[in-house]
Amino acid sequence: MLDRGALPRKTGRVDDDRMTRTLFAKLWDPHVVADLGEGWSLLHIDRVLLHDLSGARALAEVAAAGHALARPDLVFATPDHAISTAPGRTGETFPGGAAPLAGLRQRARETGIRLFDLGQPGQGIVHVMAPELAIVLPGTTLVCGDSHTCTNGGVGALAFGIGASELSHVLATQTLMQRRPRAMRIRFEGTLPPGVTAKDMILHAIGRFGTAGGTGFAVEYAGAAVRALPLEARLTLCNLSIELGAKMGLIAPDETTYAYLAGRRFAPRGAAWDAALADWRRLPSDPDAAFDADHWIEAGDIAPQVTWGTSPEQVLPITGRIPAPASAADRAALDYMGLEAGRPIEGTKVDWVFIGSCTNSRLSDLRDAAAMLRGRRVAPHVTAWVVPGSETVKREAEAEGLDRAFLAAGFAWREPGCSLCVAANGETVPPGARSVSTSNRNFVGRQGTGARTHLASPAMAAAAALAGAITDPRRA
Amino acid sequence: MQPFTTVTGLAAPLMWANVDTDMIIPVQRLVGSTRDGLGPYGFERFRGRPDFPLDQPPFAGAPILLAGENFGCGSSREGAVWTLMGMGLRCVIAPSFGDIFHANCFQNGLLPVRLPLGMIRRIAEAMEASPGNARVTLDLGRQEVVTPWGEALPFAIDARKKQALLEGLDDIALTRQREAEILAWQARDSAARPWAWDSVAG
Ligand code: SF4
Repeated sequence: MLDRGALPRKTGRVDDDRMTRTLFAKLWDPHVVADLGEGWSLLHIDRVLLHDLSGARALAEVAAAGHALARPDLVFATPDHAISTAPGRTGETFPGGAAPLAGLRQRARETGIRLFDLGQPGQGIVHVMAPELAIVLPGTTLVCGDSHTCTNGGVGALAFGIGASELSHVLATQTLMQRRPRAMRIRFEGTLPPGVTAKDMILHAIGRFGTAGGTGFAVEYAGAAVRALPLEARLTLCNLSIELGAKMGLIAPDETTYAYLAGRRFAPRGAAWDAALADWRRLPSDPDAAFDADHWIEAGDIAPQVTWGTSPEQVLPITGRIPAPASAADRAALDYMGLEAGRPIEGTKVDWVFIGSCTNSRLSDLRDAAAMLRGRRVAPHVTAWVVPGSETVKREAEAEGLDRAFLAAGFAWREPGCSLCVAANGETVPPGARSVSTSNRNFVGRQGTGARTHLASPAMAAAAALAGAITDPRRA
Repeated sequence: MQPFTTVTGLAAPLMWANVDTDMIIPVQRLVGSTRDGLGPYGFERFRGRPDFPLDQPPFAGAPILLAGENFGCGSSREGAVWTLMGMGLRCVIAPSFGDIFHANCFQNGLLPVRLPLGMIRRIAEAMEASPGNARVTLDLGRQEVVTPWGEALPFAIDARKKQALLEGLDDIALTRQREAEILAWQARDSAARPWAWDSVAG
């Protein structure tokens, strides 16, 4: 029974009323171990993810402070950030990542946490691996020392990124002191036009509300166009919640969620599955639940999106023109990106294409991109990479022949990891090169010093690779 | 955590909006890093640029940073806070902060203060008008920013976080005092939601 109605209500908020609660409240309230006052709670954390960039350090810090892991059975680790994605890679291919990975392996052995290592099913970008293995389930809380942990909210979980000190706190106590965020809902009503994806929905929302529009909120995505999304697309939608300023993004679980999770490695089975389903079906926001902020977007109005600047909010429809700068920041962005205001974004020449990252590296993303190829070739001046999100995605894609389709078109087919999303593993886009990337951050230098990043969907990335220029994927 | 009571000193203006944590410390510096030693790499992509004030006298080593909207957005890397502290900063004044960065500040004794953008601009102008002489004071106990012209501006801060900063409290030690409550919650929850526990059990 998820709904612990017998517990005293923790706050006097409208959406705490038993009959009219939001999905967010139904996730938060049952996890409150203690009310710390002034909106603060000690929250139970059901699942913890660790990655190679900070995992070993976190485990070492907890040990150095004299604490044991509270619940090693609830901690799951995999290397992703600082490992090479070159074909045939080992943990030492990128020398800088070797020590963090060795540390993670050793600490995992010592503490008994589960580690999904290179070449094993389960290895991959943490936020691809957790839903794929059903480590994250509807109604659970999950944290990771990574801001895109919000991705996991796509299954109906309360999932959010934390810093290193908070991570130590969770590892040592299985709890976290958190201030209750406010609840926002963004409804996408109507039907998405053909060729428009979850990536375009969330970039459109960020363009409208700005990168601080969701600060202090947990954002629930709702509406007919969200309910129509396959589970993997819901993960994409929630992935960019942090680019909206929100630590948490969530989507109510439904039959799509249950069908996705059933039978996965850590999903409940048999009678436990039935009990879980009964609990999960009570999670969606009640029809009359009140939100602290409530927005409406007409899905039919959304066109394929592409960013032009160095913040995800600097975004426009593929049919748009690069805007005249409205601020010094805009001018600096145009300057860095080497773009001229007033020109159409379409047709801008591209040097690199990256299909990957926890935003868009799942099987459905690779299928979307591969569908654009149809016997065509990557433009001669373009370097194009596909980096599958996990070992499992890679194997499934290879079983379908997607790797051969990409290779035949001139893409590189690589090993799973974060790669060019964050360039922490020695893989970079060269200075001045223009890249179309399916990742989530177009910050200055994110893909490498001087690299110019345009965020877009897998279909637009593939279309850009073929044309050698930013292109409307609906016509490509 | 380093306790925080008051700080008086130079306030360096870096009035850009949306300064993300990738800008504060590039991820490459964090691979295999520890909490110490990051200061020299702070904002390294911007060092030497004419519009970047933090490595020019008088502002190098200033204990207070004046910033624009949404400071510390983006990546959750706590290394951003370690870097700022490694540069000698004890306080960042901005109209708004990224949520995760804001939480990370309190874990380390870096005080994030919210003031209206117009007021921060005025302080920045006062700093630039009298380089090397103007001072700003942060008094956490009184919850006041004292401007270079001597005006005491109140700021809001979460009472819980204020106390933790003043005393340099250790959150883990505090929570461990509640171990019985946590174990009781877990026992109740594993009875109520066995599916959430059994599916990952060893
Ligand atoms: S793919 Fe990019 S955004 Fe996702 S976890 Fe890795 S570095 Fe972070």
